[in-house]
Amino acid sequence: MSEATWTHKLNPTVLAIKPSAIRRFFDLAAETKGIISLGVGEPDFVTPWHVREACIFALEQGYTNYTPNSGLPELRREIVRYVAESYGVEYRPDCEVLVTVGVSEALDLALRAVVAPGDEVLIPEPCYVSYQPCTVLAGGVPVPVPSGIEEGFQARAEALARAITPRTKVLLLCFPNNPTGAVLPRRELEAIARLCQAHDLIVISDEIYAELTYEGEHTSIAALPGMRDRTIFLTGFSKAFAMTGWRIGYALGHADFIGAMTKIHQYTMLCAPVTAQMAALEALRNGREEMRRMVREFSYRRRLVVKAFADMGLPCFNPGGAFYAFPDIRSTGLSSEEFTERLIKEEKVAVVPGNAFGACGEGFVRCSYAASVDELNEAFKRMHRFVERYRAGRRAAVRS
Amino acid sequence: MGNNAHKNTDKDLEILELLAKNSRLTSAQIATLLDLTETEVEQTITRLENNGTILSYRTLINWDKVDKERVLAFIEVKVTPQRGVGFEAVAERIGRYPEVKNLYLVSGLFDLAVLVEGRTMKEVANFVATKLAPLEGVTATTTHFVLQTFKEEGVILSDGEKDRRLVVSP
Repeated sequence: MSEATWTHKLNPTVLAIKPSAIRRFFDLAAETKGIISLGVGEPDFVTPWHVREACIFALEQGYTNYTPNSGLPELRREIVRYVAESYGVEYRPDCEVLVTVGVSEALDLALRAVVAPGDEVLIPEPCYVSYQPCTVLAGGVPVPVPSGIEEGFQARAEALARAITPRTKVLLLCFPNNPTGAVLPRRELEAIARLCQAHDLIVISDEIYAELTYEGEHTSIAALPGMRDRTIFLTGFSKAFAMTGWRIGYALGHADFIGAMTKIHQYTMLCAPVTAQMAALEALRNGREEMRRMVREFSYRRRLVVKAFADMGLPCFNPGGAFYAFPDIRSTGLSSEEFTERLIKEEKVAVVPGNAFGACGEGFVRCSYAASVDELNEAFKRMHRFVERYRAGRRAAVRS
Repeated sequence: MGNNAHKNTDKDLEILELLAKNSRLTSAQIATLLDLTETEVEQTITRLENNGTILSYRTLINWDKVDKERVLAFIEVKVTPQRGVGFEAVAERIGRYPEVKNLYLVSGLFDLAVLVEGRTMKEVANFVATKLAPLEGVTATTTHFVLQTFKEEGVILSDGEKDRRLVVSP
């Protein structure tokens, strides 16, 4: 290997992006035999067979070509029908839908389409790991708005209002939330909607976990009066339809936003893979029943998880959506990263440290319950032992 | 719904579906998963046992992994229904043989579908020839020996679908 380095030739913006805090724990967990992982951000279900089979059939039929930039027309029609039925927001299939390579691409496109250099993007934290770097890469300035366990990790209009400046252009929302599992009740959403209208903000709403809402119905901010046109609604098939690896999602919104996003998408991606689009079409047409079955399974496990943390004496608010719980681990005297590292080494259970999702996640860990009931029971048994040990150690230290 | 089905609540169905997949779940575990009290779960299960909804708690075994000779055969049986009792009298007599594992009345070219288990092909053939075929009302039988089992009770026996997810992902 030559000794020369090329980092001086790299884009300083890219160089300045910090490596993901998750990476180290991934390596540690991957080399640990017998690990039970609650650190996985995807369903433990394989894509339902009828969806896989439809994709195989599409390949047999010769579906191997480019599709229109915005996606197959029949898929766009099916998407707008699904969104109208599920969330009560209507979009035109010809100019207000863009099929993307997962919500990840849709988020990148949305930010690049609206953010000009120096524009500020409000990002309620804890949040998904890509929001901050994607904002920076789009030339924007991420403005984290922290939340805590006291408010159930919900974004609050008052906190957002305090962070608004004349440069604020976008509010980036994600509820149900990764990593906390928090959902935003309608009343809270309405206060945020009023704020966005008063300050003329655009909302980019990542609703990939919308179907995984366990108490009451999911409300999209796009469905609130006056919000449809200022919201770029992003969602996809990964979580509810167990299709993470297919990389297929979509964006919905005003034709001006979708048009601008399509402009970037046509030059950078051209189109989402036709195989994934055909599979997504089958999922929407015939996959609702299977999806509801998976959602019900997650809802069972959610109760198990909440009870397990209560039994351990770790404060954990009741997560209303997604498949994550976000317990408070401060009583162990460990930081999020220490907790995670020692839990892997001592008890072979992997979680994700809360600080990977923003500074306010420190003192918490993300536990995914996309694992079987047996795995969850065993993992919580080990975690309980671990927590007791550290708490006892702490009490002894206090006494001496 | 069967003609003698009981009226069941959603909770009954949820408990039954959980037990159908894993009969070793304890009442406490079921109570947690369904947000019920342990007493509610126990009372429901007792009721479902008493009214004949829950018949037994079994284990699904891949017998190919067990060192024991075992032969399965599907037997199509044609029957002349008897006045007054239809197929039931014959079905009743066939069903009482311990060799018969499953027994269905079916539509189509034959009437009863019978799953028979024996230690050897000869034993099964003998059962058909000496017990099943001579029964009054049985007019014809066709025996299909099972060569390989791919799926049983919703479980694929040689399932290569492992958990292929990364151990940690955002």
